[in-house]
Amino acid sequence: MNAARASLVALLLCWAFAALADVAVPPLSGRVVDQTATLSSGDVASLTQTLKALEARKGSQVAVLIVPTTAPETIEQYSIRVAEAWMIGRKKIDDGALLVVAKNDRKLRIEVGYGLEGALNDVTAKRIIDEIITPKFRNGDFASGISAGVDRIIGVIDGEPLPAPAPRQSSGSSHDFDPFNPFVLFAIFVVGAILRTTLGRLIGSVATGGVVGALAWFIAGSLAASLIIGVIAFIFTMFGDSIASSSGGGSGNWSGSGGSSDSGFSGGGGGFGGGGSSGSW
Amino acid sequence: MRRFWTVLAALATLSLTNCGYNVIQTNDEQVKSSWSEVLNQYQRRADLVPNLVNSVKGFAQQEKDVLLGVTNARAKVGSIQATPELINDPGAFAKFQAAQGELTSALSKLLVVTENYPQLKSDALFRDLMAQLEGTENRITVARNRYIKSVQDYNVTIRSFPSNLTAMAFGYKEKANFTVENEKEISTAPKVDFNPAPAAPAK
Repeated sequence: MNAARASLVALLLCWAFAALADVAVPPLSGRVVDQTATLSSGDVASLTQTLKALEARKGSQVAVLIVPTTAPETIEQYSIRVAEAWMIGRKKIDDGALLVVAKNDRKLRIEVGYGLEGALNDVTAKRIIDEIITPKFRNGDFASGISAGVDRIIGVIDGEPLPAPAPRQSSGSSHDFDPFNPFVLFAIFVVGAILRTTLGRLIGSVATGGVVGALAWFIAGSLAASLIIGVIAFIFTMFGDSIASSSGGGSGNWSGSGGSSDSGFSGGGGGFGGGGSSGSW
Repeated sequence: MRRFWTVLAALATLSLTNCGYNVIQTNDEQVKSSWSEVLNQYQRRADLVPNLVNSVKGFAQQEKDVLLGVTNARAKVGSIQATPELINDPGAFAKFQAAQGELTSALSKLLVVTENYPQLKSDALFRDLMAQLEGTENRITVARNRYIKSVQDYNVTIRSFPSNLTAMAFGYKEKANFTVENEKEISTAPKVDFNPAPAAPAK
């Protein structure tokens, strides 16, 4: 009975602390993420269409996020967290823009990626917020305020010279052969053990070194790297049975891309630097 | 004999991680680049100040003290050589941070004063400068946060075993970080006095 009560108190305390926790970054389920059900599905669909057309035309990615509140953080702190998590905009070009509306706080912010800061600078963002969006918000007209603001943002982006959008293709992961990857080490151990038992210690080690070196040269294209990894594989296989082989402890970041969505939209890896402007109504 | 080869093989394994030398290099470069970004944004703010002072002067010449305070603070910031080497010298780093803090408080005093001048607040140029200033302050905050994170990663690497041995061997020390004491001082908002202002309002 006491244990149950104690654990119940502990659970309640945990929930109490949860109330103070920062607002979580929502998953990037689409170009328009509305957690307050302010926009009708028709609005969301037409906004998504407009933003999709922008990406096809220019390559830039713009997203809209509506949350009830960002407390205890300021909207600037929350926006940069979302921008860093979603990473909209193309990698190295950083042409992403994010419109965040905190409905109950009555605050909004346009977060601008590095690459768009030329045209969509702080002054322009402030003007869009003050002259186009907040007048409509003051009348309670969120849908048209957001769509007018988005149209203006797109107009500004259209004026910015950016690299043309690449044809849609799945970008392969980098082919950097990392010889220190724990998975690779484990594979070397296994292959080495097999070859050693079949061919005998010396020949097995030489064979492992040769195979691994050839693979490394094939993948990485570097003779030096393949030589080094070949020698290491040789040493391991020679003396591998006296070392307690522990499989690599490193977890390795195998984090995949964002969750599935209707529009298949995912961030392009763009960076944000805190540019943009905030406003309130 | 076998034991000897075992030890040799174990050392070969250890050498794969380079005893953390490469990780220290990566972290060091990360610290340097995030520090450059911080300096970049502080410079951007310093560049905005002359325009801001001029636009306020057009409407509020009588606020000489505050305007002079801002100009002097900016001059002081400009006089400090803000180089990448600052992060290795805690004394110089503290001086730099103090100077930037003075500019921040001088600017916030100026902003409080401008509340008394509605004509100034509705001036388009002033509004644009305010937008730029707010954007720059936000960029400074973001750059500082990233710098603090990168210094944290670097210091953790320097202090963890076995990379701390490599660090000691090559003479890598902890890097300076932004302190909290100054933060408290800076973040104290200037008192806003709603009593009738003694100065004459703008014409």
